[in-house]
Amino acid sequence: MKLIIAYIQPHKLNDVKQALYKAEVYKISVTNSLGCGQQKGYHESYRGVPIEVNLLKKVRLEIAVNENFVECTVEAIIKGARTGKIGDGKILILDLSECIRIRTGERGNAAIG
Amino acid sequence: MCKSKIIVLFGLWMILATVLLGETIESSAVTEETVNAIKDEIQTNINIIWTCIAAFLVFFMQAGFAMVETGFTRAKNACNILMKNLMDFSIGSLAFFLIGFGLMFGSSNGLFGTNMFILSGTEPGSDWSWTFLIFQTVFAATAATIVSGAMAERTRFIAYLIYSAVITLVIYPVFGSWAWGNLLISDNLSWLANLGFHDFAGSTVVHSIGGWLALAGAITLGPRRGKYDSQGKPKAIVGHNIPLAALGVFILWFGWFGFNPGSTTFGDGRAGYIAVTTNLAAASGALIALITSWIVIKKPDISMTLNGALAGLVAITAPCDGVSPLSAIIIGGVAGVLVVLSVLLLDYKFKIDDPVGAISVHGVNGLWGTISYGLFAIDGGLFNGGGFRQLGVQVLGAATAFVWAFGLGLILFWILKKTVGLRVTCEEELKGLDIGEHGNEAYNSFQLFITE
Repeated sequence: MKLIIAYIQPHKLNDVKQALYKAEVYKISVTNSLGCGQQKGYHESYRGVPIEVNLLKKVRLEIAVNENFVECTVEAIIKGARTGKIGDGKILILDLSECIRIRTGERGNAAIG
Repeated sequence: MCKSKIIVLFGLWMILATVLLGETIESSAVTEETVNAIKDEIQTNINIIWTCIAAFLVFFMQAGFAMVETGFTRAKNACNILMKNLMDFSIGSLAFFLIGFGLMFGSSNGLFGTNMFILSGTEPGSDWSWTFLIFQTVFAATAATIVSGAMAERTRFIAYLIYSAVITLVIYPVFGSWAWGNLLISDNLSWLANLGFHDFAGSTVVHSIGGWLALAGAITLGPRRGKYDSQGKPKAIVGHNIPLAALGVFILWFGWFGFNPGSTTFGDGRAGYIAVTTNLAAASGALIALITSWIVIKKPDISMTLNGALAGLVAITAPCDGVSPLSAIIIGGVAGVLVVLSVLLLDYKFKIDDPVGAISVHGVNGLWGTISYGLFAIDGGLFNGGGFRQLGVQVLGAATAFVWAFGLGLILFWILKKTVGLRVTCEEELKGLDIGEHGNEAYNSFQLFITE
């Protein structure tokens, strides 16, 4: 089992959701997040005083999958989120030691699907 | 069946009408005196209705101030600033009724009014004084509420409550008696008015008084934590709700149609004329502030442009009845430049932290508007060949207002600092005054989802 975490541009969320749906990945968690990478922020001002904003608004996806779904999930995220410009985001993949469905008490691969 | 009934009814109406008409013609020996008396009564009642409607419009400006100030400050202090706006109107209404009105409009000893406290001597009923009282109450409360924005996000609530009582009890009415003391009792001793000082709806009496008190408050308090870095460079503390601020400005603009045109307290065409000059000045204030901010800070900044509309309104308040529409556009335009430069100057040079721009909008442009009458007045203005006399009186009045309000403001806030304490603790300021002062939060279970 793997946990896939991806940071993407907020405005690409809908494209990513649709790509995942086509790849038959229906389970996803989404949270707002702030962060910075190569994009290095942007310039804002308020009442004539400049503000350096280096934390950009991003969306964080979390998807727990069985091994056979890892590649198609990653491909779907890239397909939906990629524009080719700096700021498209990153995908991180972690080993997942356990997964438990609260309602039934199922564990492991059965709980993920 | 039905048709015949209608014919009968119509016939009856014709007979009745003929009889009544005949009677009117017979008694048409009504004297001119009676006609004039009826005319006067109708005019009086129109005046009362117009002044009441204007008063209610000015009351609604409280909502405008509340929204502007809340929008331009941070979410963690929203309850606090709303409470200040609610309470300065409530305390102000009571204080002005009990003491302030008498000091301002009662028979003056040369310095302040000495009777008419709680409007004693006036029968409950339809007397003009009641209409005049409610109209003047909302003006007094407008002066009081200007200060809350400049002192936002760091003032102890109890200190603010005491301040708002003092301004409507003493500071506002005593100066008011010098400039407007003869509005109710026409031969009252009112030294500025008697010199010919012209402040039609209160650029000085209301706005500068509020603005200079705000200046005294902001200086005594010091800037918000985090406003200046260790080198003294200003940092932006971003307002949390620009849509609310914009709504507030529209409400204030709307209310100003009561503030200026209503100050005729007379229902005739002058109200319409003043509405025109008022609107032109506001529009040109917004436009010129937009252009100024675009040139000076490279972007058409929304909060500066919103301030620009208000600056135009404040400036035209004194001269709105006595200048041409073209002059009104110039007066508003100059206000639009002044407000942007003044905000930047206070921020960068004097390091006075005014989160909403109250000092620049009300103090500086109240001053400009008052002086502008001496320049542009159709009757007696410098640019219309009237010489320097009117201008001199305008400068004298505006300067007197500065010394009076700023001086008393410094003393008042210093006393508050030494007694109840003027500023909240550092910890409370960081956590927000909503929790520290009120134990409330403005936005419970409210989170914006950034993808939508």
